[in-house]
Amino acid sequence: MFGNEFYVDPSRCIGCRACVAACSECDSHRGQSMIYVDYLDRQNSIATAPMVCMHCDEPTCALVCPADAIKKGEDGVVRSALKPRCIACSNCVLACPFGVPMVHIKPELMMKCDMCYDRTSVGLRPMCATVCPSQALSFGPPDEVRKGRATTPINEFSFGRELVRTKVFIMLPPEETVLDIDVQDYMWRDTDGSAPWLLEETFMD
Amino acid sequence: MEAPPGSSKKPLWTEEFSVHAADDRYVLRRQFTKFLTLTSFGMLVGNGWIYVKSLLDARTRGAALPRAVIASSAEVPVGGVKLFRYPTPQDPCILVRSAGAQLVAYSQKCTHLSCAVVYSSENHRLECPCHQGYFSIQTGRVLQGPPPRPLPRIVIEERDGQIFATGIQIQEEGA
Repeated sequence: MFGNEFYVDPSRCIGCRACVAACSECDSHRGQSMIYVDYLDRQNSIATAPMVCMHCDEPTCALVCPADAIKKGEDGVVRSALKPRCIACSNCVLACPFGVPMVHIKPELMMKCDMCYDRTSVGLRPMCATVCPSQALSFGPPDEVRKGRATTPINEFSFGRELVRTKVFIMLPPEETVLDIDVQDYMWRDTDGSAPWLLEETFMD
Repeated sequence: MEAPPGSSKKPLWTEEFSVHAADDRYVLRRQFTKFLTLTSFGMLVGNGWIYVKSLLDARTRGAALPRAVIASSAEVPVGGVKLFRYPTPQDPCILVRSAGAQLVAYSQKCTHLSCAVVYSSENHRLECPCHQGYFSIQTGRVLQGPPPRPLPRIVIEERDGQIFATGIQIQEEGA
């Protein structure tokens, strides 16, 4: 709607957590932030990256929901679980390739970033994008956002053989057209680089 | 979850439980109320129809039934049974000359679920094999089991070695 898209530029994140504070201001989930700011490699770097819901074209969280509680609106925004339906089973938490959904134990409800669709549907920017001082989170018309940036937006992610296309764009160096992620690359290994707990070592090439 | 190779068809559940909010089919309160109202109205009309039909039937029931020969006396010895149809070919009946030499006839349709009742000479009663509903041979009254009403009794007349059916006597509960 309004031709605006959401862009996440991890290279611009300065870790100020203004987005986290802004998100938890929202009345629909006051005090609870739906955006995460992650340290990428805390031992060696102060680099941080914000993580919002990527709003997949085929949302895995919704596909695995046994209670049919997660719905995608016509605006392409995948909503938080419907309160009357959610059974807090955590299937979505385990299924999401980006690690976005979170089950809240007390209300027995999965809540996640819904791109502030109450705001974006009337032309306002999401809370986090309004406060981000470095435009690591930006929401606007595509040509305007790309202006003056060395990075290009991509919205395709390859998790092994699974290709995920998302509504939210992530800004990457221009040579990248698809973000290829092999989960096993990020798994813990022994000091000699071997991974004896993986039965199929050959699978790791 | 992945569709088997070679079939591009999506599994049925993706249609039935679509992730798209637009495909969710909610029943609105108004729709539900409409459904309830129309269904209740239909029930009312149906009950009215049943009532009117029973009134019309009661009017025709008064009409004299035909007098029909159903058997000759020699065909039914003591303890003997003869099946016949009266007053129409769709109404099976049973004629029994019971041990007391009393000649009785009843509709063969059990008043519970219309199974055919049979005469049991050793127990001296009419028995429905479906749900063990037993009827008295003297009056047609329910002795045991689920039947809600006594068997309709066929009025018979024995004259000149012939047995005639002359009418049906509907018996009320407790009669």
